[in-house]
Amino acid sequence: MSPNLTLVLVSGVLVATGVALLLERTLTRVLVGIVLLGNGINVLFLVAGGRPGGAPILGVTRAEDMSDPLPQAMVLTAIVITLGMVAFILALAYRSWQLDGHDEVQDDVEDRRIVRRAELDETSASYDDDAREAP
Amino acid sequence: MLALLIVHAVAAVLAVPLVRLLDRRAFALLALAPAATAVWAATRTGAVLDGRGPVEVVPWVPSLGAELAFRLDVLSWVLTLLVGGVGALVLLYCGSYFHRRDPGSARFAAVLVAFTGAMTGLVLADDLVQLYVFWELTTVFSYLLIGYDSARRTARRAAIQALVVTTFGGLAMLVGIVVLGQSAGTYRTSEVLADFPAGTGATVAVVLLLVGAVSKSALVPFHFWLPAAMAAPTPVSAYLHAAAMVKAGVYLVARFAPAAADLPAWQVVVLALGLATMLVGGYRSLRQHDLKLLLAHGTVSQLGFLVVLVGAGSRAAALAGIALLVAHATFKAALFLVVGVVDHQTGTRDLRELSGLGRRVPLLAVAGTVAAASMAGVPVTLGFVAKEAAYEAFLHDRPWVLAVLVAGSVLTAAYSARFVWGAFCRKPGVPDSTAPRPGAGLLAPPLVLAAATLLLGPLARSLDRPAALVAGQNAGLATDPGGELTHLAPWHGFSTVLLLTAVTLGLAAALFLLRAPVERAQARLPRVPGADEGYRRTVRAVDRVAVEVTGATQRGSLPVYLASILLVVVLVPGGALLWTRPWPADVVLADHPAQVLVGAVVVAAALLAVRARRRLRAVVLAGVTGYGVTLLFVLHAGPDLALTQALAETLTLVVFVLALRRLPPHFSRRPALSRRWVRIAIGVVVGLCTSGFALVASGARVAVPTSVDLPQWAYDYGGGRNVVNVTLVDVRAWDTMGEISVLLVAATGVASLVFRRRTGSIDRAVAAHHEPLTAAGRGPVRRGRWLPAESTVSPERRSVVFEVVTRLTFHAIVVLSLYLVFSGHNQPGGGFAGGLVAGLALLVRYLAGGRHEFNTAVPVSAGWLLGSGLFLSAGTGLAGILIGQDVLQTAIVHLDLPVLGHVKLVTSLFFDIGVYLLVVGLVVDIVRSLGAEVDRQVEEGDEPEEADEGPAGPTTELQEVSR
Repeated sequence: MSPNLTLVLVSGVLVATGVALLLERTLTRVLVGIVLLGNGINVLFLVAGGRPGGAPILGVTRAEDMSDPLPQAMVLTAIVITLGMVAFILALAYRSWQLDGHDEVQDDVEDRRIVRRAELDETSASYDDDAREAP
Repeated sequence: MLALLIVHAVAAVLAVPLVRLLDRRAFALLALAPAATAVWAATRTGAVLDGRGPVEVVPWVPSLGAELAFRLDVLSWVLTLLVGGVGALVLLYCGSYFHRRDPGSARFAAVLVAFTGAMTGLVLADDLVQLYVFWELTTVFSYLLIGYDSARRTARRAAIQALVVTTFGGLAMLVGIVVLGQSAGTYRTSEVLADFPAGTGATVAVVLLLVGAVSKSALVPFHFWLPAAMAAPTPVSAYLHAAAMVKAGVYLVARFAPAAADLPAWQVVVLALGLATMLVGGYRSLRQHDLKLLLAHGTVSQLGFLVVLVGAGSRAAALAGIALLVAHATFKAALFLVVGVVDHQTGTRDLRELSGLGRRVPLLAVAGTVAAASMAGVPVTLGFVAKEAAYEAFLHDRPWVLAVLVAGSVLTAAYSARFVWGAFCRKPGVPDSTAPRPGAGLLAPPLVLAAATLLLGPLARSLDRPAALVAGQNAGLATDPGGELTHLAPWHGFSTVLLLTAVTLGLAAALFLLRAPVERAQARLPRVPGADEGYRRTVRAVDRVAVEVTGATQRGSLPVYLASILLVVVLVPGGALLWTRPWPADVVLADHPAQVLVGAVVVAAALLAVRARRRLRAVVLAGVTGYGVTLLFVLHAGPDLALTQALAETLTLVVFVLALRRLPPHFSRRPALSRRWVRIAIGVVVGLCTSGFALVASGARVAVPTSVDLPQWAYDYGGGRNVVNVTLVDVRAWDTMGEISVLLVAATGVASLVFRRRTGSIDRAVAAHHEPLTAAGRGPVRRGRWLPAESTVSPERRSVVFEVVTRLTFHAIVVLSLYLVFSGHNQPGGGFAGGLVAGLALLVRYLAGGRHEFNTAVPVSAGWLLGSGLFLSAGTGLAGILIGQDVLQTAIVHLDLPVLGHVKLVTSLFFDIGVYLLVVGLVVDIVRSLGAEVDRQVEEGDEPEEADEGPAGPTTELQEVSR
């Protein structure tokens, strides 16, 4: 089957821009990145789903002329999931703004603490050194 | 035998309420469980000794060969009697040992009874995996028992140390069990032993099993956990660390000795470690001042002795081993219980502070002295009989072993004397004890055990037959010295062995009398870094490695994590692209000229979105790509997709605006330009890979797709013409079920993030219903106007045209949404699209009339909608089972209704209605949270400290979009 170059290109650009934004620290940008990425992947499904035919509805299109319905069902699921995810991350961004006055994703404090311990060749905080207490 | 375990389990569960109800008297009741075990074993004596012990196999998962197998042979019988008998006595003792209304005693009782059950299961199991499970259960329960006094740091640490060491051994043992079971072809212990596999695999397995045994029985180099475990209450020490759990290792060695004792590796491990342990334990015991630690080190020493005897592989040694096993269980448990009484009455276990306790409590002194005599091997106790048999066994066999055994026994007898002297004798300079005399409940159990160890000596012949039967299993393997059959007897006449006993006791007496110089000499010797030091270093090293690995991999930066994931995408599947042959040769530019146009707009919008500095600009541009993709769906003949995408995109845009209205209009500036280029570079590479995947994937569509018959099936089985919709609600209904669950979780997450006030309560339902409507400039809700609650919005935000249009269209849109659900099976539509349409209708109500208007439109909580939606979908799925179909299978019902005429009812419609309700619930939750609740917070001036932009209503923000 011959690939549709336009869709291939659109999918690539959407994913590229999506990834570039995804790697940002501002949650809103990350979110816009996720939306772009999601759209790009949906288009990828479209390309991979084969040639366009008629709408996959019996009575409208004969079965052999239909677009492949399976990728369509998967994309439909993805669209709605993305909606839920957008709402959740937005709430996250809002909460972050409410607490800190901005929506930047900070480095995890506990992780940084462990990195510092590793740099100083220390043991973990939960390590109970029994050598300190003579038997 | 399964019944016995169930009795224990029930008793363990009932223990907590029983102790709450009866206080410590409940221990006597709980003692019935192990007592029943002992009585049951005793009634089977005849059958067991005739080799007809009961066998019980309960099939569990026959296809996996998983079953519960129990078997009571002579060895199990001996241990069951010990575990049950001593367990019952210890529980009785606990009834007096614990103080009244001790808050921890309920939990303690439950765990101790559960431990008894696990130990019973361990010795009765005839299945290797089952043996392992019980083995680890005893480890876990012992962890809980050692850490009984969890407020004490030493107790916690001792518990963890015991857990780590014995679990390590247990895991090694599990590997051994798997290797053994696989090479033998069965996991039934008796069958494996009957036909023991040969070869390297079996040797490795046996060594791994021994690692388990050695760690459990606290042999060198794992001997350090046992003395530390003395942090446990004394009844626990008496039971777990003398009579029961530590015997598990001995039991394992005894169990496998008949089959594996001729392996050289076995001999090395058993003899070397056993003998070393015997000496190390005895030596350390001599320098202890704490009576309990003295016994603990003595126990370590005796465990080494036991392992040597039962593992040596000769019949005579095994005979002695069984005798010593019984002897040790009786005298050591008695001694620990005696120490418990001493501690309980005087408050100390330090032998330098105790004096004259023997005169004060003579019965206790009798019990302690008799038990210590048995430990020392004084005629005619059971300990003496066992030691005689042990000497006899190695007299002709391996004299060097005998020499070490004698040396170890000298140490044993010396610390036995030290114990009696330390606990009961009067010491110069120490005031005589005036401790209160213990009650019968504390004295009886050690007295019974002491009597047993004393009387079983003269009656040793009664032990002879079972011991000989166990030992007889070794008969075929090793040569019996002298060929004559030795027997357990209190008196063998004047022989070399008796001479050795006399020498042992004489040397021990000398060692005891010279205890002061011996102690000084021991103190002068430099402390060699022992195994406990090794354990500490190992734990520290593991901790350090964990910190380093965590520090190296968990940098805590979200961009770094995401970049790592994306780079893997580039390297692995992206790298595979390089080897792809052939690439599709004939590409078409587009299937439809409009695709190029739409594609160009989408690409431009996406590129601009990356450059955008303003939040709303980025969001709107993302929206443009979304609508562009909608058009691409239309051009690609996906009407359902286009419909859903358009609706979702609209909703997304509004939601974005609702949430972003309070955030600063510009993104914060990030000066690091180099990082920006790195991000863009990663994006470009991932984008290139995606395009590559798209080319390869569509080029690879050469076979007939699996979905070729889907349209016909959709109609025949799913009862619908819209193939995509039938796929969602029938063919891939499980998938949809998972998806709507995710939506439910996301909706709940949104609500809890926004509604979570600083007081920490989630009260969206309260906020939705009980908020007073009397803020300044707003009137109450009134019926008979364009919108019932319109007057609650401040006049400058109101738009009459918007309100009128909303009023006129709202109900029509809701009807449309219902139409989409009901027709979705045959035409574009369905639960998702319908739900989104209804959600948009409600959203418009909110935008036109504010949050009170919204609450009037939706008088129920979002949770109710979400819950009933999921319930309906799942319920429809389960209904399939009720009518004898598969889960989520569709049934087609034809009905003739009066008005509607012929109706073809497909059950998956209800599934779709559930989806509809859930999506509406999602939208309601979003509007209530990001809309109404944020409004409320704006009105209350709930601002963060660094907020650099004043609050703005949705309308003003929308105006900004249009600018």
